[in-house]
Amino acid sequence: MSEVKYSKEHEWIKLEGDVATIGITKHATEMLGDIVFAELPEKGSSVEKDGTAGVVESTKAASDVYTPVSGEVVDTNQEIVDDPSKINQDPENSAWFFKLKIKDKSEMDSLMNKDDYDKFAKENNT
Amino acid sequence: MGTKKTSLYQLHQDCNAKFVEFAGYHMPIQYSEGIVEEHKFTRNHSGIFDVSHMGQLFIYGSDELIKDLEKIFPLDLKNLKLNHSKYSFLMDKDAGIQDDLIITKIDEGFLIILNAACKDNDFKILKELLKEKYKMVLDENRSLIAIQGPKSSQILNEVVDGVKDLNFMSGNWFLFDNQKVYITRSGYTGEDGFEISILNNYADKLTRELINKGSKLAGLGARDTLRLEAGLCLYGHDLDKDKTPVEANLKWAISKERISKGDFIGSDIIIKQLNDGVSKIRVGIKPEGRIIAREKTKIFNQSDVHIGEITSGTFGPSVNGPVAMGYVENEFSKKNTKVFLEVRGKKYAANICSLPFYKKSYVKGVN
Repeated sequence: MSEVKYSKEHEWIKLEGDVATIGITKHATEMLGDIVFAELPEKGSSVEKDGTAGVVESTKAASDVYTPVSGEVVDTNQEIVDDPSKINQDPENSAWFFKLKIKDKSEMDSLMNKDDYDKFAKENNT
Repeated sequence: MGTKKTSLYQLHQDCNAKFVEFAGYHMPIQYSEGIVEEHKFTRNHSGIFDVSHMGQLFIYGSDELIKDLEKIFPLDLKNLKLNHSKYSFLMDKDAGIQDDLIITKIDEGFLIILNAACKDNDFKILKELLKEKYKMVLDENRSLIAIQGPKSSQILNEVVDGVKDLNFMSGNWFLFDNQKVYITRSGYTGEDGFEISILNNYADKLTRELINKGSKLAGLGARDTLRLEAGLCLYGHDLDKDKTPVEANLKWAISKERISKGDFIGSDIIIKQLNDGVSKIRVGIKPEGRIIAREKTKIFNQSDVHIGEITSGTFGPSVNGPVAMGYVENEFSKKNTKVFLEVRGKKYAANICSLPFYKKSYVKGVN
């Protein structure tokens, strides 16, 4: 069974075996507004926990996307680069950002579960 | 002094506006449908913008006032017909732009629409330049509502009979609810539209009626993407005191007759620049991919020499791609010149292009 966890930077992460799929939360897309640009990390590159691993831009501003865990980028979602509006439409499912082969499963431990994240998002509505 | 609210504040709240503070006012940046939807609805139907934060300056006077204003603005005001409007700017003695504005000849003088962030300073400057000879009112009792887009004429005419017969850049007094409203056919979106100057107490009622007839509120976010696609300047970004109208590529707005006389503030510099050329000039810039180059992005030539900066950049919903404008050294200002934009440490190809990016019924500048 896969579990979904959430970061304070409003990313979600779903772990299946040692591959994690990462995207941004619905709450994040609501704060950003219409997303019109997405940039993803390169396949084969390594990313470090809490480091930047992409960019999303709305009509208003650019925001970094962080990775909640370390690993090697094994896949990226070209569909959201070609049509960034898909991120607003289905952020926590088909509009995933990238997949990582993760190094250290224990990095997942510090992340929030759904209930905690929902509470966090409500309290940090900025 | 606290942040001010316009008379449409309650309506904005009712329509789930997200507010930002802009020039000392709580202004709606967007409503629930979002900037892209509001932008497209304005282009295709009709959008309403609360621009009540802008200054409405009434200056009362006749022939002497015209003469005095011609010493300030590079306009042929003595030949400006009653109820006709012109785009212009307030310059300092070096021709630096202190504000851009719309001036309209009305019965008792002139109505000047000023940018919100500049209006108090403009008032001070103008009062001094006019030596307090004329009655000047920066009217806080009136709201300014813009309705823009192809369906706006029909919608507004249902609420204020007769407006559909106005010509572009002209205005008149009309009646709404037995109150005098001054309406001009103008705007800042590249669409047909109107700006309505109305007493604060009636602004909410008028706007709700326009919504009932099929128009929708659109926020400052959509106003920004619309004006940028239309190639129009935003003061404080594309225009400021360090830029002249010639550098800003706005020489079309300077009266030729007035240049030949050269007797307005800043005219020495304007004439010199028109004769000798300028070192930097405002251009349209179209990135080749999807990358968005925002304000302050550095522009490089093909030899990697820094040649300018972006002053406005965003994603254009109607163009369906990124759009920008900025200033480059004059020799790189020709259409189709390849340039590079530095975004987050990387350089991306872009082309100098003509403005506007978007013009009614066809789209310019799309790859």
